[in-house]
This record gives sequence, C-alpha cells and structure tokens, in this order.
Amino acid sequence: MTESRIERAFNLLRGSGQKGFIPFITAGDPNLESTLELLLMLAEEGATVIELGIPFSDPMADGVVIQRASDRALRNFFHLEDVFRIVSNFRRRAETPLIFFSYLNPIFQYGFERFCKEAKLSGADGILITDLIPEESDDFISVARKSGLDVIFLAAPTSSDERLKMIAKRSSGFIYAVSRTGVTGMSKNLSQEVKDLVLRIKKLSSLPVAVGFGVSNREQIEDIWQFADAAVVGSAIVKRIEDIGSDSRLVEGVRDFVRGLLRNKR
Amino acid sequence: MNFEPNEKGYWGEFGGRFVPETLVSALEELTQAYFSFRDDAGFRGEYEALLREFSGRPTPLFYARRLSEELGGAKIYLKREDLNHTGAHKINNCIGQILLAQRMGKRRIIAETGAGQHGVATATVCALFGMECVVYMGSEDMRRQELNVFRMRLLGAEVRAVNTGSRTLKDAINEALRDWVTNVRTTHYLLGSVLGPHPYPLMVRDFQSVIGREAKRQILEKEARLPDYLIACVGGGSNAMGLFYEFLKDEKVKMIGVEAGGKGNQLGEHASRFMNGGRIGILQGTKSYVLQDERGQIATTHSVSAGLDYASIGPEHAFLHDVKRVEYVSVTDSEALHAFSFLSKVEGIIPALESAHAVAYAMKIAPKLTRDQIIVVNLSGRGDKDIATYREFSGI
Ligand SMILES: Cc1ncc(COP(=O)(O)O)c(C=O)c1O
Repeated sequence: MTESRIERAFNLLRGSGQKGFIPFITAGDPNLESTLELLLMLAEEGATVIELGIPFSDPMADGVVIQRASDRALRNFFHLEDVFRIVSNFRRRAETPLIFFSYLNPIFQYGFERFCKEAKLSGADGILITDLIPEESDDFISVARKSGLDVIFLAAPTSSDERLKMIAKRSSGFIYAVSRTGVTGMSKNLSQEVKDLVLRIKKLSSLPVAVGFGVSNREQIEDIWQFADAAVVGSAIVKRIEDIGSDSRLVEGVRDFVRGLLRNKR
Repeated sequence: MNFEPNEKGYWGEFGGRFVPETLVSALEELTQAYFSFRDDAGFRGEYEALLREFSGRPTPLFYARRLSEELGGAKIYLKREDLNHTGAHKINNCIGQILLAQRMGKRRIIAETGAGQHGVATATVCALFGMECVVYMGSEDMRRQELNVFRMRLLGAEVRAVNTGSRTLKDAINEALRDWVTNVRTTHYLLGSVLGPHPYPLMVRDFQSVIGREAKRQILEKEARLPDYLIACVGGGSNAMGLFYEFLKDEKVKMIGVEAGGKGNQLGEHASRFMNGGRIGILQGTKSYVLQDERGQIATTHSVSAGLDYASIGPEHAFLHDVKRVEYVSVTDSEALHAFSFLSKVEGIIPALESAHAVAYAMKIAPKLTRDQIIVVNLSGRGDKDIATYREFSGI
C-alpha cells in the first residue's frame, strides 16, 4: 500500500526530529472564500495536518467558541459540495494533509459512499467523526477505506485500555487524544491526565498521537510536544477568527496568532 | 415478533450509541448497573415501595363517563398519570434512575427538561435522596413553563437557562450532554425520555412500563377484556412506551401515538417526525426519525406544548412505526387547546397540553366507534403548568 499524505507528513516530522502542529477551523466561518485563504495560510505556516470542521446545528461535543463558529457558518447557507470545491482549490495549491472534522448526521444524509468518494476526489485525506465510536463504525470504515480516506478516532482519558486497543486497531493516519473530560474550548492549564493517556496509547499502537481540546497557547503546545507527536489548536484560532470577523485583515491577523503559537522552533 | 433491542441497543436499524468517546465508559457502567439491578429483588422492592408510597401508585384507570357520552361513541378510560406525585408520569423513571445513581456512587445529578415536568420530578427525587441537582432548560421553555421553574428552585435544584438554537428541549439536551462530558466521573445524567444513547431508551421504557402493567390489570378488572385502542402523546415517547409496552404482543389492541402537529405542515411549524421532513438520521446519541433539512442540519420545531417540541423520537417508536405495530398521527395546536378546555369542563380534569394531544385524537375517533369499544388514553400529566399558555392563546 502506498503511503498516505498523513503518514508521509508524520514520517517527515519523525525523520527530522520535529513535532507537529494541527490547526482547526470551521468551514464557512466567516465565509467560504475566507476559508480557502485561511487554509492556504495555515499550510504556508507549516501545519502538519489541517482539520476542517463541517458546521452542524447541534454540536454537542463543542464549547461555546466552536458553537458560535458553526452558527456563523450555517447562516451562510451552503452545501457539502461547496466545501469540497474549496478543498479542491486548496489541494491544487498545497500538499498539506487535510481532514474533515464532523458530526455524523450531515455525512449520513449525504450518503457514506458519496461523501467518501467526493471527499477523496477533492483531495481530502481523512475524517474524524465526533459522535462515531469504533463499535458503531463498521459501515463507515469499510466505505472510507475503499475510497482511501484515513479514519481517525478520539481517545479519551476515560477510555479503558481495552477500548484504546479497539480505537488503535480501527484508526489510521493518527490517533486523536482528548486532553481532558470535556468539550472543545480554551483552558489555562493542560490536565495531568493527558500525558498518562498518551503513554497508554503509545504502549498499544505505533500510530502518531495528537493531543487536542483546550490547547490554546505556546506553553501548552510545548508541553504536549514532550510526550506526544502533535498538538491540535481549535478554539483559540477560531476565537481569533471571530474577533477579527469578515475583514481584509483576517488572514494576516490569524497568521500572526499562529506564528505566536509556534515561535519557538519545534 | 420480537420487541426487544439487541445487545447494542438496536430495535431493527434504530437506536445505538452515537456519542463522543469520553462518555462511553459512563454508558457502559450504567448499562452494567442497570442489567445487574433490574431483576435484583432489593432494587425492585425499593423502586416499587417508592412508586407506591412516594408517588402514590397505582394511578387510577378512570372511566370518563361524560366525555364518552358527549362524544357518543366508544367508552373512554383515562390512565391518570397526572395523579402521580409532581403531576406527571416522569417521576416513574426518575425514581428508577436515582436508585441506580445511588448504587453507582454518583452524587451529582443533571437533567434536561422541556415542559419542566421531568425537571421537577428530577429535582424532587434529588431532594428526597439529598443529591446535588442541575437542570438545563431552554429559555423559551422557561418562559412558557415558568411555574415549573419556580418549583424546581424551591426543591433545591439549580436551573440553568440555555440560550442556544431554538432555546427548547433539544438545546437543553445538548447542554446537558456537554455538562456530562465534562463531569462524567462524578455525575449521572438522568435523561427524561426514551431517547439518547443505549441504555437510556431501553431503561427509561422499562421504568415507565409500570403504566401499562397497571392499566392492563385495571381494564381486565373493570371490563374483563382488553381495550381496542391505546392512545398516548409522543414527545420523546416515554409515556407512550410506558403504556404500550405491556400490550405489544396483544395483537388485537391497536395503538396510536400522537405527535405535535403544531401550526402547519412546513418544516419548522410542527414536531411530527413521521411527517414531511422527518427522515432517518442521528441526533443526540441515537438513530431514529429526525426532522432535518436536506443537508442533515436539524430543523427547528414548533408545538404549543413544550414537552412535545422536539426534532427526534425514541428509536423504539421508529421501529414500531416501520413494522406498523403502532400508528402515528398528529394533532394541531388548536385541536390540543380545544381538548384542554373540553376535558376540563366535562370531567373536571385539566390535562397537560402534552396529554391534551392524546385526548384530542381520542375525541376524533371515539364518535366513529361503537359503544362497546374501549379506548384507553394516557393522561400523562396535569395542566396547571399550562394555564398561562392557554390564556395567551385563547384570551380567557
Ligand atoms: C405531561 C407530559 N406528557 C408527555 C411529555 C412528553 O414526553 P414523553 O413523550 O417522553 O412522554 C411530557 C414531557 O415533558 C410531559 O410533561
């Protein structure tokens, strides 16, 4: 089997002894044109993988910042086809791996086959579905695998080793370790339990492990780099997007913030 | 036909467990606790004693003579769940779940509420057991069910207003789930209907099935035969499953679930999941029929009754609909409001607006039936909480 774009990105990092940075933005926030520009900027700034959130009316695993981003995006009525179009535009100009971050229902309604086929065609590399646990994923995984998409699962501090085994077995690309019990959002301190979780995963799997939920500043990212392969930053970036809004300074403003997060060499 | 779900909580293709990973361990713990205690004599004894002595069960099966005569057709019986302590069927489930929470060592309880009846019942059992209680409620529902907000606070619960989405039941469930994900190790989520991830739809149905067991015994005592029709309103579907379950295998008993028809047929104007706009989907942990747009975004709903104003329906109902064991119909806001005042005047019973939907449908079909036919209507709750809403709509 050929190396996927995600595998290649993590192999390159490992080869050079570096750690990864995975930014998250919501598609269509504040509008689809800006989403394309933001994706390109994140690729230029050296993102290892980019997570693109598909907005959903009922984001039960998200805190207020991403809830509001979803609301803003949904006000610009658009379809998944429009998101795929943005991703193909992005893919023509950048090689950075991109994964979708979504709730199950919009994808279920689109149809698993159709979604996976069109996602792959657009140049996306993988998908993480927040409310899809391994036990419920048989149908989806077989379709995604056939299309060549990586499927990433969440691992939580409350997951037993037995569950981590199942998560590791079903995941490809990387494993996403949730830093704490909670929803997405910003937090001052990294929880103690996340290191333990990452070490438990590392005993069971050779896949790269990314840590996210609540990661919002440089100190936290550097902490995570001590024991995991990559740090995911969502709400903190989305909050910048919200603060600047639809404005000509948006992309540069968010770029400055991302540079601030990564100032120390990885 | 088999009416039990499989071990993953599926009735046919409906049900399952669609939640963030963080919650799975708590759901597994709950499932295990539920299955180990449900046939445990000590647990059952305590549950039944509380139903009897705290809630006042069994509730009567009341022959509504004047209502039946006014309509000039079938004999109508009312299963008086409104006479439970706290005024609705919701307490049956709360008593069961609080006993489980206690056995699991959870001291903090959270709940969602729409009409406020489940919130009041949850606050009540928390007071009884000395547990911390937080209830999430949409701010629109807090406005229209203000009396219940005061009741919950009086009972010592904290009521947290939810200002997202349409500010109703669905949004309250989202917020309760977010709280649970955050505090999952110490907190039990006392979900109020046959909704959500496995084991809730099964467990809540079992705790409510006392309604049907009593109703069956009572109708056999009074009429020496089974009823022809069972009618119940369906929000998430707990009072309906509670009544129906005991009769599912009695093929001659027809069952009708009444959804909220709201003020029109367009998406957003009603909460009838089996009408236009309702397609199979996944919402808040379970796969069922869901009101949604063509992109899979969940639709807003409308009903004059807060307890029926929800975009999805319990997975067991989705199954019973597809296998045609239960017929689902809808009743509009104005029909329900009419039934609300009609029942008050002819029987001296003010029904909850939710229950008034079931009464309204009984009023439609009773005149077409003969005098020896029997209808049992589940009067799921009492209507004190709805007087202000009724005034708003009718100007009395
Ligand atoms: C009196 C009453 N009946 C019915 C319902 C609807 O819920 P369910 O369909 O779960 O019985 C409610 C919900 O709040 C209620 O308060």
